[in-house]
Amino acid sequence: MRLKLIVALFAGGVAISSSAFAHEPSHTAMLSNTCNGCHGTDGASAGFNPTVGGTPQTYIIDQMKKFKSGERPSTIMGRLAKAYSDDEIAAIASYYSTHKYVLAKQETDPAKVARGKEIHKERCEKCHEDNGRSGDDGGTIAGQWKDYLKITFQEFREKKREMPKKMAAKIAGEGPLSDADIDALIDFYASQK
Amino acid sequence: MSIDRRSFIKLLGASAGIGLAGVPMISVANEIMPKKGRRVVVIGGGYGGTIAAKYIRMSDPSIEVVLVEQNKDFVSCPFSNLVIAGLRDLKENTISYEKLTANHGIKLVHAEVTSIDVGAKKVVTSAGTISYDRAVLSPGISFRFDEIEGYDEKTTPEVIPHAWKAGPQTLLLRDQLRAMKDGGVVAMTVPQSPFRCPPGPYERISMIAHYLKHNKPNSKIVVWDANEKIASKEGLFKKGWAKHYGYDAKDASKGLIAYHSNSKIVKVDAKGKEIDNGVEALKADVINIIPPQKAGHIAFHAGVVGEDKKWCPVDQITFESKLAPGVHVIGDSCMAGPMPKSGYAANSQAKVCALNVVQLLNDKAPIDPSHVNVCYSYITDKEAVSVSAVYKVAEGKTISVPNSGGVSPDLSELEAVYAKGWIKNILTEMSS
Repeated sequence: MRLKLIVALFAGGVAISSSAFAHEPSHTAMLSNTCNGCHGTDGASAGFNPTVGGTPQTYIIDQMKKFKSGERPSTIMGRLAKAYSDDEIAAIASYYSTHKYVLAKQETDPAKVARGKEIHKERCEKCHEDNGRSGDDGGTIAGQWKDYLKITFQEFREKKREMPKKMAAKIAGEGPLSDADIDALIDFYASQK
Repeated sequence: MSIDRRSFIKLLGASAGIGLAGVPMISVANEIMPKKGRRVVVIGGGYGGTIAAKYIRMSDPSIEVVLVEQNKDFVSCPFSNLVIAGLRDLKENTISYEKLTANHGIKLVHAEVTSIDVGAKKVVTSAGTISYDRAVLSPGISFRFDEIEGYDEKTTPEVIPHAWKAGPQTLLLRDQLRAMKDGGVVAMTVPQSPFRCPPGPYERISMIAHYLKHNKPNSKIVVWDANEKIASKEGLFKKGWAKHYGYDAKDASKGLIAYHSNSKIVKVDAKGKEIDNGVEALKADVINIIPPQKAGHIAFHAGVVGEDKKWCPVDQITFESKLAPGVHVIGDSCMAGPMPKSGYAANSQAKVCALNVVQLLNDKAPIDPSHVNVCYSYITDKEAVSVSAVYKVAEGKTISVPNSGGVSPDLSELEAVYAKGWIKNILTEMSS
């Protein structure tokens, strides 16, 4: 955790410590505001697209670089990420990581949520701690929109996006998760408030 | 919140009274809300204006923001082609201003802007004058009707919708398609670039073809495009039309779409439902003329339109007019290098302008702009394509960042999902 904080301070150049200053005009705000059109004001998505506000800076940097290189599949993100330097990506990541993470309010099926919870506890919690709210290097999955979670799981399962070995073992390894299991997991993460 | 309702009503009453008494309404008119601190007046509550107002307030809450907009609600042009095809309700394209103004302490005035006194820094509206330190104009577009012989500004669109400003015009075109017999001909004309939403006409062709295919399969849409080729995403549209609508570039008689480039409408007969391009006349059951365009009316009232008498030249870093100091112009009306006249571009320009208006009011140096444009177009109800780019300013000029951006590699179902994310998020940003 401490390492992450240091990275955050260093990479951002300017440390934005409180939300009172978060919106002050700055180069960082200039780079980031324009992303809000698709990802929502302060990165809190209103639907479909992932919420990036309040997600870990290291994760945003990592994903932007993977979009840029094509390692992570995308529709438009790869095309856009190519326009930004490493410093600019770090600045954007630092900006979004200082905002509050807003969990999406959406409808879920209680039976699926219960089943998803079991699977999560058994296979996922170790890395995606706190019901998917935080994780070692993973993104914040609790409270993301179902459409996005569906697309993401699909990309992982179709091997369009590379899974860490540990994750591949839990999802597709011995006793692989079924479509219904994945559906249940999605509802569980979507149900987090 | 917004304006002091009582004084607003009083004012309306007062001006009506003056009108009745026969005294000219031209104002020496009252200042609606005397200015105390620093104030920005934003004119136009669309893709640009709402965002400029919001981001000024977010960036520096000590600056008062007054948003002037004629209409009670805003209806989005993006996604209105889906409404025409019967795939979406116009209500889903409609936003109101209550939450936006309440959340950010923006003062909303529903009035028509008649002029801007740049010297005195006053916006003159139908409800009285409003003083400003800086004004931001986001007036959208108006039409160059006079370039089409026989086009009457008032009566022609009642019979031949342009549907290029969303609302009743969108529904009129949709309903005309619904009422048309199977086997009918739809004619559509595309104006010369630049116009609002470069891929918009071609998405509309796709959406009308989609409607015809599923409802009136013996019909045809004939397109006259004033441009020498499809103005945006050319390869993708042609591919999509061939894949889904039997389009054949070499044989216009095949399929649902007959597309003709270098064909500019010069004349219309609204009663006889006929258009003319100077070479041939075409009779059709439903006609959609997208007229050539220029900056919104307010830009002309404000004196910020350039020598071409069409669009507004602005400083590329602050969006301040090159003709009227203290007045900034964003969105479709302004010229921003290679940025298209799109909803997302207006959103992006509004944020750049907002931050730099705040900088200027605080006697600080403007910040180098960073813009994004993302535009999706539907080919069918399930497949979409996109164009995207990042822009910055180099040596005073807006440029697209090299080796980035571009169009989709192919038609995509995934992009049709993310397109829904686009409209949901951008309309939410504007209305909350």
